[in-house]
Amino acid sequence: MRLIEEATVLEHVAFGGGYRRIVFRAPNISRAAAPGQFVHVRIPQLSREALRRPFSIYRADGDELHVMYKPVGRGTHVMEHAHRGDVYSLIGPLGHGFSAEDRDTLPVCVAGGYGVAPLSFLAKRMRRKGVVFIGARAAPDILCTDDFASVGWDVHVATEDGSLGERGLITDALDRWIATRPAGPTPEIFACGPEGLMRALTLRAEKHGWQAWLSLDRPMGCGIGACLSCVQRLRGPDGKEYWARCCTEGPVFAARELVWEHA
Amino acid sequence: MSKAPDMAVTIAGIRMKNPVLLASGTCGYGPEYADLIDLNALGGITVKGILAVPWEGNTPIRLTETPAGLLNAIGLQNPGMEKFISEYMPFLRRHQTAVIVNIWGRTMEEYGEVAARFDDVEGVHALELNISCPNLKAGGMEFGTDPKTAAQVISLVRKRTRLPLIPKLSPTVHAIAQFARVAEESGADAISLINSVPAMVIDVERRRPVLSNGVGGLTGAAIRPIAVRLVWQAARAVKIPIIGMGGISCGRDALEFLIAGASAVAVGTATFLDPGTALRVVSEIETYLQKHNLASVRDVIGTLEVS
Ligand SMILES: Cc1cc2nc3c(=O)[nH]c(=O)nc-3n(C[C@H](O)[C@H](O)[C@H](O)COP(=O)(O)O)c2cc1C
Ligand code: FES
Repeated sequence: MRLIEEATVLEHVAFGGGYRRIVFRAPNISRAAAPGQFVHVRIPQLSREALRRPFSIYRADGDELHVMYKPVGRGTHVMEHAHRGDVYSLIGPLGHGFSAEDRDTLPVCVAGGYGVAPLSFLAKRMRRKGVVFIGARAAPDILCTDDFASVGWDVHVATEDGSLGERGLITDALDRWIATRPAGPTPEIFACGPEGLMRALTLRAEKHGWQAWLSLDRPMGCGIGACLSCVQRLRGPDGKEYWARCCTEGPVFAARELVWEHA
Repeated sequence: MSKAPDMAVTIAGIRMKNPVLLASGTCGYGPEYADLIDLNALGGITVKGILAVPWEGNTPIRLTETPAGLLNAIGLQNPGMEKFISEYMPFLRRHQTAVIVNIWGRTMEEYGEVAARFDDVEGVHALELNISCPNLKAGGMEFGTDPKTAAQVISLVRKRTRLPLIPKLSPTVHAIAQFARVAEESGADAISLINSVPAMVIDVERRRPVLSNGVGGLTGAAIRPIAVRLVWQAARAVKIPIIGMGGISCGRDALEFLIAGASAVAVGTATFLDPGTALRVVSEIETYLQKHNLASVRDVIGTLEVS
């Protein structure tokens, strides 16, 4: 069930690295939300004609719904000026997220930048403990490590400049872990971040024969499946390729169904 | 307070409880918005363009925001008429709202084939004939920019269906009055206008169009004054009713179209921003009518005064 809710801003604070967190009072959406789902947000400070912006849900606790963002575009730059008490229209919870259900695999989360938000939500909702890889350019961009540590996850960090954790790309850290990991349950990857990272993880999942769930980002119009603007190429079980909507069939897809190159 | 104004209109023989529809391509096939708005409270719903066979549409990026508007090149992705009929018509039939099926073809014959198929499908109130899509390499707009071709395709479809026929005209033609007359003479029961306006946005860093298709169709508030002018010119040229659209997001926007001569309006892009837009437009028109002591919405249609 999709809901539309007038949500009051309860809190708006800066994280490190230019990231920010907004806490909305959105009791109905919050109670229905699952990890990997998103809300489509109308930013009241933008012009009346502006599109909504999709944000992954970072946390859903009772009446409170948290999203995390970095001001990068026109919408998020304006959102920086949100104040406590402002009212935002949210549509949600939207999309098909990650499964937090028990399985006999080892959950391995891989996050690039603010892609860590839905994964933190996932780790909190999972009963299993796993391993998380958080990567970014530099130390201030590494977020939410405590979210995972506090629920008993094994946290790995990599920065491109070496200012925190291992030096290099997060996929390098992941590869080193893969090469040396002790015997145990088969890894299952859950990831969110830039498209390059998603492609790299698709290759690794394929190589090792692991299940991987990747959350994708696309420009969105309606956010609810009506406009067909947010599509990603998939290959179905019958081998036939088709366009799936990131807002409805996604944003989380099984890596083995993704088709990255499309002529 | 005066009594509630009469909002009913009759377009192409279809009685609608009010003159506000959802525009094709912006409301899917109905179920997408059903959680968020009461479809039964709408005058009608126009579904996304349907072809005889499934169609893939364009490679992404398919959409980008523009000042006061939206540029899209979806490329008419759709499941094809058979899947649409089996999967979505049962849902649409359960609702008390006019169902207008937007159709298109890659060839003239294909337009006829789709029209004929819908002729005996229960629950379809009218066909909207898209001869004005800017996002197709073949078909679409090429049928709507030459009056002779437009006449041919409308006449051909007219012979293949008993359903009311509503050609959707392109805003790019030189003389809209001429096209409106051509549509009327070729057997159209009403006219829809406007479709999106061909436009382009360029990413200067990459020196490439933002949309993979290059050109897209501009919609939203940015095109409203263009649409109002075209509706006004078309309405003066023909007797058949006009469904006006282009950038409507409130009652006053809709009233511009009605006053210019449209008998009904459709809301497109604005639904993405606020799913309740069309229903708000209905109530804002009602408020306007009460304020101006008008008993019926029909009393405002075509009442533009020009000195
Ligand atoms: C994403 C999108 C998809 C559309 N798809 C169709 C379509 O399939 N067939 C059609 O006739 N018009 C299509 N249109 C045009 C709309 O029906 C309408 O004519 C146009 O958007 C102007 O109205 P608006 O400014 O209120 O959106 C589409 C518009 C948008 C924004
Ligand atoms: S954003 Fe409209 S279909 Fe996904």
